[in-house]
Amino acid sequence: MTNNLYTKDLNIWFGSKHVLKGIDIEFPEKKVTALIGPSGCGKSTLLRSFNRMHDLVPDARIEGMVSIDGQNIYQKGISVTDIRKRIGMVFQKANPFPKSIQENIAYGLKLNNLDASPAVIQKALEEVYLWDEVKDDLKKPATRLSGGQQQRLCIARAVALRPDVILMDEPCSALDPISTLKIEELIHQLKDQYTIVIVTHNMQQAQRVADKTIFMYLGEVKEEGATIDIFNNPQHEITKNYINGHFG
Amino acid sequence: MKYKNRILIDRVAQHTFKLTGYLVLALLGGIFGMLLYNAISFFLEVKPLDFLTGREWNPTAATPTYGILPLIVSTTIVAFGAMVIAIPLGIGTAAYISEYASPKVKNILKPLIEMLAAIPSVVIGFLGIVLVGPKIAELTDLPNGLNALNGSLLLAIMALPTIITISEDAIHAIPKTYREGSYALGANKWETLIKITIPAAAPGIIAAVMLGLGRAIGETMTVLMATGNAALFPQDFFDSVKTITATIAIEMGEVPYQTTHYFALFAIAIVLFFMTLIANLVGEYFINRFRKYHAA
Repeated sequence: MTNNLYTKDLNIWFGSKHVLKGIDIEFPEKKVTALIGPSGCGKSTLLRSFNRMHDLVPDARIEGMVSIDGQNIYQKGISVTDIRKRIGMVFQKANPFPKSIQENIAYGLKLNNLDASPAVIQKALEEVYLWDEVKDDLKKPATRLSGGQQQRLCIARAVALRPDVILMDEPCSALDPISTLKIEELIHQLKDQYTIVIVTHNMQQAQRVADKTIFMYLGEVKEEGATIDIFNNPQHEITKNYINGHFG
Repeated sequence: MKYKNRILIDRVAQHTFKLTGYLVLALLGGIFGMLLYNAISFFLEVKPLDFLTGREWNPTAATPTYGILPLIVSTTIVAFGAMVIAIPLGIGTAAYISEYASPKVKNILKPLIEMLAAIPSVVIGFLGIVLVGPKIAELTDLPNGLNALNGSLLLAIMALPTIITISEDAIHAIPKTYREGSYALGANKWETLIKITIPAAAPGIIAAVMLGLGRAIGETMTVLMATGNAALFPQDFFDSVKTITATIAIEMGEVPYQTTHYFALFAIAIVLFFMTLIANLVGEYFINRFRKYHAA
């Protein structure tokens, strides 16, 4: 039995469109795995299947298995909210709630009946290196923060629940280079404690942060391996073309 | 088109719309001025303090009394009762349509609710006399059911379409990313609705409630027909009430021109004007308080 997150013959349809085809992949524990590939290749769809975000899409159909701790998260009778507590998510566009900074962190803790004391909130903010910047403004609206701060707050919000896995869907695509760098440094720190899966469009970013890289194309996994191998010695012509910027 | 002509059209458009904008302001000022002008004649004869604190409204008695308090209380309890009924129902319905209803149900429900707003107020008042009134009388053992509760029920029905439609728009306009963020932290649909979506939509919902309240305070024909119009000081929801609007509507047609009584009706109209104004200002205050949490 493995604690890793893995999928087995995962297929997803939206209506009649077959968007993910027989995905069999594994995400090493406490490592960063990057999902790369051209737009529409299904990498975000794959990421969102790991915390059952497709439950909200009425015409989505899912077959196969996504497993964490040896447990299929799509098994009947399993608690979706429990899955989402264990598999946190950070979105493409920072989406702090229209509440205060402190309430943004406390929200998830309270939902899951966890301790939401100031100390716990402080710890979560410290872990994302936001505490020093906001410690005097905890009661201020989170939407007043800069884009990069907002995104770190969203990471703190996920980290506060002590998940096993953190999913990141292009977390830096709306950020400036300095903020991006801060998030990447943060990812380096966080992988000591969490398994991280990151979707990115940015080849350099994948090389900077990821231990493992998975290249997807047209709903299939084309190639996977250690990041260094994928980028230096791609096995497929299409992988090579993509990472060299010939298309995408 | 020649450059000069384009500049000209631009100017003409700019000034035309400026004019219409100011015209609305002028109308508002004009109406208020007209009310004030006539009310001053009233206050020359009756002390404002007596007017505002008098507990009896009886302008046709041998010694006329012009106490507005029973009218204010009447308007307030009818409108308050209507809101107590309409706010939870309205927000609940809006949340159902926006978050739970299937697209098919939504497409049927929304136009139907909007049609409710198209029912003329006199028809709703009619309903109060023939249906709601007798039912209230039967259930409470009162001689008749023309009272504040009847008015509140009817006004709630009238305020509902406004509250539902605008609240639904506000809830629907909340970006999907808020909901996703909440689900991703382990919240279910209900928790997300109550703790994230509705608070985020609060400015719109408060605006909806204030518009509904404005309608309830200002509505005339329905309350005139359904509330009995006894000019007594109302004690509870089962008393007959005479609202400010109904008083003006009933008495304006019969009062001799330019008498104290005539001017008194303008004075109570000003009070009504301020009541709706305060309702709007309170709404505006809350809208701004919640708005600061939204990104500029």
